[in-house]
Amino acid sequence: MIRAALTWALLAAAIVVPTALAATSPYLAYREPIYIASGFAGIVALALMLAQPLLAVGKLPGLPMPASRRVHRWVGAALIAGVLVHVGGLWITSPPDVIDALLFVSPTPFSLWGVIAMWTLFAAAALAALRKRLRIPPRIWRIAHTALAVVTVAEGVAHALLVEGTMEWWSKVALSALTVIAMLKVALDLRAWAGLTARSR
Amino acid sequence: MTSLKPNRRALIAGAAVTFAAPALIRPARAEGFAPTPTMRGGANNYRPGAALTDRIGGGGFLMTGSVRRAGDGAPIDGARIQMWAHTTEGHERDPESHGATLTNADGYFEMDMPQIVPAFGQPHGHLAYDAEFDDNGFETVFLRPIMGSASDTTLHVDFVLVPA
Repeated sequence: MIRAALTWALLAAAIVVPTALAATSPYLAYREPIYIASGFAGIVALALMLAQPLLAVGKLPGLPMPASRRVHRWVGAALIAGVLVHVGGLWITSPPDVIDALLFVSPTPFSLWGVIAMWTLFAAAALAALRKRLRIPPRIWRIAHTALAVVTVAEGVAHALLVEGTMEWWSKVALSALTVIAMLKVALDLRAWAGLTARSR
Repeated sequence: MTSLKPNRRALIAGAAVTFAAPALIRPARAEGFAPTPTMRGGANNYRPGAALTDRIGGGGFLMTGSVRRAGDGAPIDGARIQMWAHTTEGHERDPESHGATLTNADGYFEMDMPQIVPAFGQPHGHLAYDAEFDDNGFETVFLRPIMGSASDTTLHVDFVLVPA
């Protein structure tokens, strides 16, 4: 009971603290509302990535598997919405910078990481949506979806860490570290790779 | 595999530009003055022909620079340089964030402008030498220098131009 409460409190803090600290950034005073909204959409998307792997495997206390998966799907949809608002808001704020990023000719490496994370996220979601229609075998589906999720987390975290924006540094590092740890723990526990390594031997 | 190629190139070029920026301040003396290449993203939110002005907005941040001829490094007098940035007073694309000035006889220019604030992930400015709006006859160059720190209140930029 105490452990369950602690887990939820830690998850809530990992999401709320970085967002709240970003809301105190002095840079916000010099940004138009649409730019502010796109920045926070990115922060929320980063925070949702922490919850996703935990929801996928039903690791959150008091949330048994079928319900956990359902929430995983809804959070996945919210993650995509967050990324769309993030990119769309940046596009309105400065179209040439976003076009450069999408065409992979941006001067800033972190734009590249962000765009790759966006596409692997979309691919992971598309795979989930088309899984039944394409009759993807469960083992292949699991390996592919997990691999895309791992790349999305890695690139998304690299993107966030390299950006000098409204997020406070230490809360950004903490959220990033927790997100990477949660993703790796789940990916390794899943034995999604078991079939792959067995076959390659 | 081929789809990864532009990504890799973009990363390497991006890193090269990032790390090359401080080198622009001290052009290599040994092989004379090497031309300053246009930087990626340098022309983003440029406003062709932005008006000459003594100061952009309320000022408080000092943009300085020099404009020289490639090879011998002779200073270029009266070169028109436009600069713009995301500042405490406006976004990059806002017309009032832009202003232009001319170099003096020593090829030196400076502009009092509002404090540059990080935008799109980096504290950076934009500068342009646009052949379309200058009679000195050099090739167009767009720069996107990055500040060493967001709290810097000055930024120095050197142009080494190639005759058109």
